[in-house]
Amino acid sequence: MADNVFLILQDNEDARPIIEAIEQDNQDATIDYQPGMVRIECPGRLVVNRDSVTEFRGQDWDPMELQLNLVSLSGNIDEDDDYFALSWSS
Amino acid sequence: MAVKKKLNMRKRYEVLTRGMGWDTTYQPMDKVFPYDKFEGIKIKDWSGWEDPFRLTVDSYWKYQAEKEKKLYAIIDSFAQNNGHLNVSDGRYVNALKLFIQGVTPLEYGAHRHYAHLGRHFRGEGTRVACQMQSIDELRHCQTQLHTLSHYNKHFNGMHDPFHMFDRVWYLSVPKSYFEDAMTAGPFEFITSISFSFEYVLTNLLFVPFMSGAAYNGDMATVTFGFSAQSDEARHMTLGLEIIKFMVEQHEDNLPIIQGYIDKHFWRAYRVLALIAMMQDYMLPNSPMSWNEAWQIYYVENMGALFNDLSRYGLRMPKYSDVATAEAEHLSHQTWSDFYNFTHAASFHTWMPDDRKMDWLSEKYPNTFDKHYRPRFEQWREMEKAGERHYFKGLPQLCQTCQIPMFFTEVMSDPMKISRRVSMYKGDRYHTCSDGCKDIFENEPEKFIQAWLPVHQIFQGNCGGADLSDVLKYYHLNEGEDNMEYVGSPDHKRWQEWKGEDKQDETATG
Repeated sequence: MADNVFLILQDNEDARPIIEAIEQDNQDATIDYQPGMVRIECPGRLVVNRDSVTEFRGQDWDPMELQLNLVSLSGNIDEDDDYFALSWSS
Repeated sequence: MAVKKKLNMRKRYEVLTRGMGWDTTYQPMDKVFPYDKFEGIKIKDWSGWEDPFRLTVDSYWKYQAEKEKKLYAIIDSFAQNNGHLNVSDGRYVNALKLFIQGVTPLEYGAHRHYAHLGRHFRGEGTRVACQMQSIDELRHCQTQLHTLSHYNKHFNGMHDPFHMFDRVWYLSVPKSYFEDAMTAGPFEFITSISFSFEYVLTNLLFVPFMSGAAYNGDMATVTFGFSAQSDEARHMTLGLEIIKFMVEQHEDNLPIIQGYIDKHFWRAYRVLALIAMMQDYMLPNSPMSWNEAWQIYYVENMGALFNDLSRYGLRMPKYSDVATAEAEHLSHQTWSDFYNFTHAASFHTWMPDDRKMDWLSEKYPNTFDKHYRPRFEQWREMEKAGERHYFKGLPQLCQTCQIPMFFTEVMSDPMKISRRVSMYKGDRYHTCSDGCKDIFENEPEKFIQAWLPVHQIFQGNCGGADLSDVLKYYHLNEGEDNMEYVGSPDHKRWQEWKGEDKQDETATG
């Protein structure tokens, strides 16, 4: 199995629609709530889609806004106007 | 009239970072950029480096301003509502003292040196990233000082962190590590700080510790910690990208980079001994042990990272196995040392109560009951008998990491002190581990100049010959900032605010 990438967000209201979008779009993602933060792990690749977050939030979401609630991450980043993705190439 | 379409993210970033530099004509390029060649790193094409966040200046200011507004709203309300009264126990604040003394000055050092790199790298994209990071680091330093200034009104030991950073024995550990990086070439610095420290190890500093602050009711610290960490995620990315960039540029770069990774992993890891003890001992309620954090953030996560980097020929840092074996001992050994020397520290120490001891036994089933619990119970007995143990005398320090020589041979005999000796130009130098010995022997001319606090005291350079003189030189108020927590002015104030608590009864008997 591919190595895990992870994304850690602050556990707050801003992060909720992002987490919902991740759950919807990444079947293998596991979500672990720890004090003050949420750790999301996924084997191989994890993607956050602009359209999905926008849908859950009911308001346009720019992937750059991820920076506001980001705590940490692991993996190679690929970011564009429509998505933010983390992956390992192996 | 045609409406000009807004540029997409890739285009905006390209406009910011490409074609903004130029080849100088009045002066040769090598004179304008004098530092980026002597290390032997070969860069064929600077435009090969790209920031995957593609952050532009306008979005940088926009998001940073938003982070600041959120943070300062919380800090203000924390101070206004006497938030310090809501932390789990007065002991907790000692972790913040160590943080402001040992970590905040590093943020300032990083600010200075990324500004230097933001001037001296030849590639515009890399310069822009370093300039943004330099501003971030200054922001971290300032927000930490602002947040912790509230605690400084109510607790001792936090009044002069920058003065202490330059003088106090245990703070020479983070100071000497950072200065080692800052006095190296730009590629070594960026490998050290952006990769070995920020990518490989800061998750261990900020994530479980800040989550621990949340667990202990410290809203202000969680907020500055996570606010800083949101920048940190960007810095980690810079670290990873710069490593890939350097090894992609020329095959000759690989052995140099691997050497930097090995050296600075070990240097930075040694500094984290302080974090291990903060996490396991100074947080009254710990959400995660050092060993657990090490398994997740180092063994698993760095395993994944280096699997990915193996396509470039890079491997896990040397002595990763020793660090992993040490994970079951590190916090206990470090806390023991500070317990012994807290008369010369600007924070308090204490023995864990029964509840904490049981937590440690559970989290460290192979080591705690066997090696450390009996020692701690003995010290608790001595405390009860009015003979709180302090070590009278000065310890031998490792020539490289500057930590007292208390680490042990965790791979073979965990009760035997680990000691290595090197001879250089007729003098004998002591180091605490194979990692530190290798670093010393690779650059002896650098490390024989180390400002070792114990040697400096003996040479008469630290204010005088006895403890009181040295504490004055440190700007440490004797009897207030130092010594055992139980019975300290901090402890008394906490009791006045909160009433007696059970933990104190078990600790004092």
